[in-house]
Amino acid sequence: MRVAGSTSPEHAPTTSLRRRLLGGDEIARFIVTAAAAGILIACGLLVYELWVSSGAARHEFGWSFITGRTWDPNAGEFGAWPFVVGTTVTSAIALLIAVPAGVGAAIFLAELAPRRVSDFLAFCIELLAAVPSVIYGLLGVFILVPVMKVLVDGPLKAALGWLPIFSGPFYGVSTLTAGVLLALMVLPFIVSVSRQVLLSVPTEQREAALALGATRWETTWNVVLPYAKRGIYGSAFLALARALGETMAVTMVIGNSPQLQASLLAPGYSIAAVVANEFTEATGDLYVSALIALGLVLFGLTVVINGLARLLVASTSTRATAVQ
Amino acid sequence: MSAARLRRRKLVNAVMLRTTGACAIGIAAVLLGILGYLFLNGIGSLSLDFFTQLPKPVGETGGGMANAIVGSAKILGMAVVVGVPLGFLGGVYLAEYAGATGQFVVRYVTDLLNGVPSIVIGIFAYALVVLPAKQFSAYAGGVALGMMMIPIAVRSTEEFLRAVPRGLREAALALGAPKWKVLVTVVVPAARDGIITGIILNLARVAGETAPLLFTAFSNRFWSEGLNEPTATLPVMIYTYAISPYDDWHRQAWAAGFVLLMLVVTMNIAARMLMARSPLRGAR
Amino acid sequence: MSQAESQEKIRVEGLDFHYGASQALFGVSLGVRTNHITACIGPSGCGKSTFLRTLNRMNDTVPGTRASGSIQLDNHEIRDLDVTTLRRRVGMVFQKSNPFPKSIFDNVAYGPRINGGGSRADIADQVERSLRRAALWDEVKHKLHQSALGLSGGQQQRLCIARALAVEPEVLLLDEPCSALDPIATAKIEELLLDIADSCTIVIVTHNMQQAARVSDYTGFFLMGRLVEFDRTEKIFQNPAHRETEDYITGRFG
Ligand SMILES: Nc1ncnc2c1ncn2[C@@H]1O[C@H](COP(=O)(O)OP(=O)(O)OP(=O)(O)O)[C@@H](O)[C@H]1O
Ligand SMILES: [Mg+2]
Repeated sequence: MRVAGSTSPEHAPTTSLRRRLLGGDEIARFIVTAAAAGILIACGLLVYELWVSSGAARHEFGWSFITGRTWDPNAGEFGAWPFVVGTTVTSAIALLIAVPAGVGAAIFLAELAPRRVSDFLAFCIELLAAVPSVIYGLLGVFILVPVMKVLVDGPLKAALGWLPIFSGPFYGVSTLTAGVLLALMVLPFIVSVSRQVLLSVPTEQREAALALGATRWETTWNVVLPYAKRGIYGSAFLALARALGETMAVTMVIGNSPQLQASLLAPGYSIAAVVANEFTEATGDLYVSALIALGLVLFGLTVVINGLARLLVASTSTRATAVQ
Repeated sequence: MSAARLRRRKLVNAVMLRTTGACAIGIAAVLLGILGYLFLNGIGSLSLDFFTQLPKPVGETGGGMANAIVGSAKILGMAVVVGVPLGFLGGVYLAEYAGATGQFVVRYVTDLLNGVPSIVIGIFAYALVVLPAKQFSAYAGGVALGMMMIPIAVRSTEEFLRAVPRGLREAALALGAPKWKVLVTVVVPAARDGIITGIILNLARVAGETAPLLFTAFSNRFWSEGLNEPTATLPVMIYTYAISPYDDWHRQAWAAGFVLLMLVVTMNIAARMLMARSPLRGAR
Repeated sequence: MSQAESQEKIRVEGLDFHYGASQALFGVSLGVRTNHITACIGPSGCGKSTFLRTLNRMNDTVPGTRASGSIQLDNHEIRDLDVTTLRRRVGMVFQKSNPFPKSIFDNVAYGPRINGGGSRADIADQVERSLRRAALWDEVKHKLHQSALGLSGGQQQRLCIARALAVEPEVLLLDEPCSALDPIATAKIEELLLDIADSCTIVIVTHNMQQAARVSDYTGFFLMGRLVEFDRTEKIFQNPAHRETEDYITGRFG
């Protein structure tokens, strides 16, 4: 038989329909496709549940749920603004500390340290990235809080106490403490992703600059970093997404006070911390629904930030490894 | 180029290079220091009772967290049952069966799921399992943690399957094996170490999760029967004990922190060792 | 000889092959004689591998490829055969040896097992027979249950041949099976090919002109996706009909 024209071999009639339907290949394809569909459905269900279960609060308050400044469950008033601020500010503090320090360390590990030292330190740092957040919380409560009291009441207040953000009494637990603890938590992550990004910069790039008489630092600053820029931004965004959603460590050291305060030394609250603290104690449909609405807000925030991060990371040649 | 300028450049170079070194050493020192502290404090607080006794009522000293250790094991087991098969098969779909659209959609959704804060997953499991059953349970905790395992199970399975050399598949196909048999007998076994490594790391990651358990598994001062009761877990115990006002509870929180940390670190190191002996190790 | 001439195991007629938009084979037609060795030669990139891989539809696994024209195995269009059955009948050995990361025994037993196998003893028999045919038995009989990855390159390639033989294929396709091997290992493989050609039709792609001359009965010369000349090996090497063929085999070519 001569077949005229071109047929795709995949679509060529291979065997009878009966065999095709009973063949292991069709069954295998069905099973894995069903599993993939199951994952999509689970994810859809997540969004659906958040949306539906937060319905009461969304109808009652609309957008003023986010902008409202009072959170008073007894009075039935639910405004999330203090928590949104708390979440944003703690995450911002964390990044302000962790990005420069983390990228600096990554530069050292990727560009300067001997390979052995670099691999060993990177291994330690990756292990640190695996430490559970509740353990960071534990260390925060018993080590960071006392240390912060010494540092803040001494040097910090002496130097910067005139700034409104560093005014007022300091009890150890505060927005600032939470920010610092978050910084410690995301540091290992930033270091290890940035190191990978830097290592993926082609050696020729460095050699080209060095051959023109640039110093090591100039090469790093003018050539390597610009090349790795997007990947590093990406790692910062991913770290931000983690910080925003981090619950336990923050809950344990932020002070849990829904009053909006200008000072970073005052106790604060974050979205995740409110949910963690109040969910099991919430009475009344509106209260529960308001807490779930907080979850929805957090979900929205992290989806946006993660999306941006992936755009940045995907556009560089490195991908975060699968086992992060 | 003037000599002064050159000197300045060299100075900048030396200062900045040292600064980055200081960053690296500082970070390593601080982090290892606090972990060392946890280690010492934790070992000191540990006793046999910790592994064999139930928690004592408020105010009494002594007791242990035997129920929480068992509870954590139960919930992690549940999580594996929920998350790993789905994630593994999803990974097989991505690596072996998906067309361009399927790949895009499944990747997109798993990435999204990977970024969802754990507390939000907790809310989801609460709405899905706790509310209908009107009860906190190990099931609910397992669903929450299992859901968190899915995205990474998908990604690592996919990556390790893709790393299996094309030649192996072709060899099996050329012997007349249908595609599914090639997968089952050649490709998946070749990727096995990698996939197991991924699962161990994945499990290590969720083993320390606390937030999604707060209102799914909840907690329990006593043994929980089966899977349909509120269940104590190590991470939640660490949290409640750490923020309590009692010194003896603080001591136990350190002990629990130490045990949890050892568990997580052991799993991480085991995973790395498994990977190091895998024939495909270069392919990661 | 006239009888052998008349028996064609595989008949290829007007075969075109495309990788997406680029065409790799143009109207290839030839007949592969039963229980003879047919060699395919030609410069790099001329489509030898592509041609070989269409014979057992290995190219079906490459997305975006298209084959048209006719390929018949014992007078049946291969595209109408079940693809796994086809590949059982038409085995293949690849350029880069690709043993499974399993034991030597399990490698050879793989084919019989997936094909429904028979008893343990049958399979063990089949493994031994295939290893013997591939001239590997004496070297590995004491370590059948060690990993195949511990064998030398030449042994691995013979293992792959044994593995292919264990399904008792009617046709064996080999794509530059010796390109990574030293002369001694190469000689061993050539010898065993001559042996198994008694009961098996062989198509071999090679870059090595002497190899083609030494082992094959028929030779096809490919150039830029076309089959320039196809004839008895002696004829091709002693008295080629085409200028390009002569240039190539005398080495006056790139
Ligand atoms: N997977 C593929 N996708 C696209 N084009 C391909 C693919 N494989 C081969 N080609 C192209 O098809 C043509 C023939 O390739 P083929 O591998 O058949 O050559 P060959 O004769 O076996 O060469 P060599 O002697 O180097 O192995 C080449 O131009 C090659 O670039
Ligand atoms: Mg080739």
